[in-house]
Amino acid sequence: MSAGAGVTRKIRTIIVDDEDLARQVLREFVSKHSDVEIIAECANGFEAVKAVMEMKPDLLFLDIQMPKLDGFEVLELIGNETAVIFVTAYDSYAIKAFGVHAVDYLLKPYGADRFNGALERAKERLSGKAGKNAQDLPLPTDLSASARAPLQYLDRIAVRDGTKVFIIPVAKLDYAEAQDDYLALASEGKKHLKQQTISGLEQALDPAKFLRVHRSYIVNLEKVVRVEPYAKDSHVAVLSNGSQIPVSRSGYARLKEILDK
Amino acid sequence: MHPLLSQVRRLLLYLVVWEAITAVVAYLFTATGNISGREACVLAVPLCLLYAFVCLSAWYSCRVTPLDKSKISKVLLAHIGGALVATGLWVLAARWYSHALSRSGAFTGLDERFLPEIPLLAVTGILLYLLSVAFYYVYLTFEASKDAEARMMKASVLAREAELKALKAQVNPHFLFNSLNSISALTTSDPAKAREMCILLGDFLRRTLGLGEKSAIRLEEELSLIHAFLAVEKVRFGARIQMEESVDEKALNVMVLPLLLQPLVENAVSHGIANLVEGGWIRLKIDCTGGDVAIVVENKFDPDAPPRRKSGVGLVNVRQRLKARYGNQATFNYAPDGESFRVNLKFPAEREVQAA
Repeated sequence: MSAGAGVTRKIRTIIVDDEDLARQVLREFVSKHSDVEIIAECANGFEAVKAVMEMKPDLLFLDIQMPKLDGFEVLELIGNETAVIFVTAYDSYAIKAFGVHAVDYLLKPYGADRFNGALERAKERLSGKAGKNAQDLPLPTDLSASARAPLQYLDRIAVRDGTKVFIIPVAKLDYAEAQDDYLALASEGKKHLKQQTISGLEQALDPAKFLRVHRSYIVNLEKVVRVEPYAKDSHVAVLSNGSQIPVSRSGYARLKEILDK
Repeated sequence: MHPLLSQVRRLLLYLVVWEAITAVVAYLFTATGNISGREACVLAVPLCLLYAFVCLSAWYSCRVTPLDKSKISKVLLAHIGGALVATGLWVLAARWYSHALSRSGAFTGLDERFLPEIPLLAVTGILLYLLSVAFYYVYLTFEASKDAEARMMKASVLAREAELKALKAQVNPHFLFNSLNSISALTTSDPAKAREMCILLGDFLRRTLGLGEKSAIRLEEELSLIHAFLAVEKVRFGARIQMEESVDEKALNVMVLPLLLQPLVENAVSHGIANLVEGGWIRLKIDCTGGDVAIVVENKFDPDAPPRRKSGVGLVNVRQRLKARYGNQATFNYAPDGESFRVNLKFPAEREVQAA
């Protein structure tokens, strides 16, 4: 990451908070560090995702409660390239989940010492000294699932196409299909790709409404019209829009149990 | 549990009462002149002692036929039947006993002379049994009212605890931490404004703390608490908050639960304004007509806002407290309506009682 002799590239940083005064604190603390530069400021989640995608910053200071998209949803959409420091007033779930996995978190109000400590950790991470490579970290989407309150299921899924963000209410999700490192989410005739594991999504969805019918498929039970035999030992679920979803033997047993009720 | 058999003290007291009854019965035996005083005593003491225990059984028939839940025919049947059986037993015992006594020399011919007293004995037996029935019914009623009172006491203690818990939960830590962060920002950029915000925050906190002990405050005080709250939030959110108020002056001196409306305004800020990039309005409308206060708290909100990670308890608290205080006389409902969220509440307008 270091360029020519003696010249170190500045850490390109974006700060995200919907409150002007909260951004002002960050700006003030950052200004004391000549090796860090603020390349953008965002006041909501949509702006934040767009800015990160376009500018590829090294570091992101991210608030959690914000208009449009919250901090967790932003984290899900921006991948692992950017180091993230959460800045939040108070959120026990966030502290639990991100105390281990995020670079660091700052609890409002925080002082210069605490800020400098977090920045130091971010620098170590960026220079690769911390030993944690992007590949070793869990997927942000799965992290954010662990930050959700217990027994509270997902009611919408944020997906990104380039710099554009789409919100899929889970009621409008037909099915999800695992494709290598991605999930294809089918909704209203379109497919959206998202970097997430299928078991991660399965855990976040209400089991009364969604069922894992196959190693690679989760269906929305409300969309299932009928189940037909396919080949020896296997079936397909036919959805209201005509899609045919493979159903494994164990998936068929679970599906039958629910549909027979 | 039998009320008299369960405690020795009560049983002794019961037997003392029966001593008096025994004296009366003995006196009645002598009244016709056929039986001497000594004979009457020898007859009455064991017979009354026996009957005292027979009458204890009336408790069980009273308990299975409670007055408020049984048909009158069933009650009459149970107790008249009981009285006849008890009296029958008593008369038989008396006949047998007088016969046994008359065999000994001292009481020759006693059973013959006692025979005319039998109808009197029967009537006395029926009356004493029915008297016991009446006594047990009075006892049962007394116990039931004591029970009801204890239940009511418990319910009001629970309601009070819930209320206090609700009050404590309502000073939101998010609000405090975010406000402190705003002050932290202002200390370098605008120290005068930072000091002003410290004062506003202190003012709001002091008012909230003072309210914890009160069961009701004037609506006017609640409104000034809301203003103190909004003054702090306006430093944080700036022009994003637009407050519109329309308050009926007649409502200002109505007594309301403390911190009833402030959490609703706080919700309007944290669920409404905080999720709107450009901010939005909050409308507070208070009317006082027909002995009721009707309040509407409405705010602009984004139906596509990120889901709340925590379930809001503010609305549930307000509903519970209104119910605990006014029962069915209060109504409370809330619903999103397009881009606005509206909370309606209505409760009886109670004025402060003027000290005489």
